[in-house]
Amino acid sequence: MARAVTTRRKTINTVAAWAIGLLIFFPILWTILTSFKTEAQAINDPPLFLFFDWTLENYAVVQERSDYMRFLWNSVIIAGGSTILGLIIAVPAAWSMAFVPSKRTKDILMWMLSTKMLPAVGVLYPIYLLFIELGLLDTRIGLTIVLMLINLPIIVWMLYTYFKEIPGEILEAARMDGATLKEEILYILTPMAIPGIASTLLLNVILAWNEAFWTLNLTAAKAAPLTAFIASYSSPEGLFYAKLSAASTMAIAPILILGWFSQKQLVRGLTFGAVK
Amino acid sequence: MSLKNALRAVTALTLITATSAFADTITIATVNNGDMIRMQGLTEDFTKKTGHEVEWVTLEENVLRQRVTQDIAAKGGQFDILTIGMYETPIWAANEWLVSLADLPASYDADDILPAMRAGLSHDGTLYAAPFYGESSMIMYRTDLMEKAGLTMPDAPTWSDVEAAAKAMTDKDNEIYGVCLRGKAGWGENMAFITTVANSFGARWFDENWKPQLDTPEWKAAVTFYNDLLNNYGPPGASTNGFNENLALFQQGKCGMWIDATVAASFVTNPKDSSVADSVGFALAPNKEGVDKRANWLWAWALAIPAGTQKEAAAKQFIEWATSKEYIELVASKEGWANVPPGARTSLYENPEYQKVPFAAMTLESINAANPDSPTVQPVPYVGIQYVAIPEWAGIGTAAGQEFSAMVAGQQTVEEALSKAQANTAEEMEAAGY
Repeated sequence: MARAVTTRRKTINTVAAWAIGLLIFFPILWTILTSFKTEAQAINDPPLFLFFDWTLENYAVVQERSDYMRFLWNSVIIAGGSTILGLIIAVPAAWSMAFVPSKRTKDILMWMLSTKMLPAVGVLYPIYLLFIELGLLDTRIGLTIVLMLINLPIIVWMLYTYFKEIPGEILEAARMDGATLKEEILYILTPMAIPGIASTLLLNVILAWNEAFWTLNLTAAKAAPLTAFIASYSSPEGLFYAKLSAASTMAIAPILILGWFSQKQLVRGLTFGAVK
Repeated sequence: MSLKNALRAVTALTLITATSAFADTITIATVNNGDMIRMQGLTEDFTKKTGHEVEWVTLEENVLRQRVTQDIAAKGGQFDILTIGMYETPIWAANEWLVSLADLPASYDADDILPAMRAGLSHDGTLYAAPFYGESSMIMYRTDLMEKAGLTMPDAPTWSDVEAAAKAMTDKDNEIYGVCLRGKAGWGENMAFITTVANSFGARWFDENWKPQLDTPEWKAAVTFYNDLLNNYGPPGASTNGFNENLALFQQGKCGMWIDATVAASFVTNPKDSSVADSVGFALAPNKEGVDKRANWLWAWALAIPAGTQKEAAAKQFIEWATSKEYIELVASKEGWANVPPGARTSLYENPEYQKVPFAAMTLESINAANPDSPTVQPVPYVGIQYVAIPEWAGIGTAAGQEFSAMVAGQQTVEEALSKAQANTAEEMEAAGY
């Protein structure tokens, strides 16, 4: 039976939700606002909220000084490529762990997750040397592979939990009807797990898009994505907060828009199986 | 086609191939400081003169340092030119990580480089990095506030003068603080400043046997003075203020004095960003009465070539272009004399046009007052003024910086901060085998 919710309670909940939402969004909002100020207004004390002379000067300067499209294109390829590559490997892996578990499946899952516990810098040097040997430094393919490997444990874990929610009997029924393994995964399992796969995909695109350790350390001029674009506007001797904000806004805009459009899918996927 | 025309075509083709064979694309790692941004904007001039293209990798200072160290140590060959500082140059040169710049042509006039810069960027007498711009530290003060307080700032003040001025100018009700100083932890942030204060109080980091000296009375006097000055007359939250934060405060008219890099002078006197642009005066960094060393530091952002680059010749051509007298003239013609990279060449300070820039004379005097080979009154085994040019310094300095920052924030006393920094330094030095 649904619980009766009073109007007052509803109002309080709505206000609380908006307050928390705004609190979380505030740093991004502030960055966007700062990007429209002059450098002098950006450091004004007390801070200026909405009433200042809005200017597009910073965007013009950033546009003139950096090749935004090149950084953007690198980000798209690296984030998209690593996610697709990751899914191709993770879907079969998660299928086998969810539906034909062995005695060691749980251990393997834990072991995969444990690779995420090592701080990235711990393997920086070996990977750097490997990249030199293989000629992968400052290449998009190299970064795609590294980011895929880094996010793979998360992809496998997410897909595994989604797949676990799907009753094995349905797959058995398909097998009884003569479906091959490929057909079973492609035509039965995947459509049922679409919300889960979609949210895994989105989350991984976001993780790869924001990844700033490997993308800064393994690139120079050619394969540098938007993280390097932002970093190039930070200055030890000079106040360029408005320009830095403009660069940040340009870097997060694509992923913000993507998140906006897919939020329904994302929320559905993330809460998939959470409430029964 | 006649034979003549065919021959012409072949000659033209050969010429095109020949030029493109010599044209390289060099990759330069740099930081996002004003002078570097200007250099990036003027790169076309270099490409026009030499045919070489330039790709820029601009990174945050600490990321750049780490990224470049890692690439050199692993021989990654990602960069053809590095923007490095005075701290790294002698250490990296000793590791044979850098290409010597001893063979630059006579027209480059390497003898024109300011002697203090040359000394700091050389190893065993050989130049390994060419200064793009150099800086010392000095006092920037508000002439209007000093006048209101009925005081005049001597050209070469002592710490007592600074304290008196800070006291007189402080007006906390109107958010005016007598002095703004660095408090943010980091070997290149608060430790650069605190180390120069220590030098000007007669203290030193190490004795001749590399024994840390932070438990001496000189250190205690210096750090106590710094802590009291900043807490009594400084802005609130000073323990998190670095160069940029203080620059913002000064530009908004909230600091009576600011002791920091000479390069800040062009920012605080620029009416576009600074509300106090027409009332800024300059004075030498102070010393304690009776101590023959001032609190000047010395730093250069310099261009160096990593050993193992495939494009050494093109890289040298770039360094020659970017640190030449002609480059300074090029910037002057496009952006005015106040915006040329300062502190690198003697000839710049002899130029009558540049002498009209209000901070030119004090910048040169400050740079000349600093001697990296003899940073303290007592003898020391190291080179460097606001740093100690040994690889362990970055770690030691940063750890000490955290202690002093916590002290300014009121989380511990001067004695506690000093004894922790002393213990940590001793431990690190012992582990490093000194």
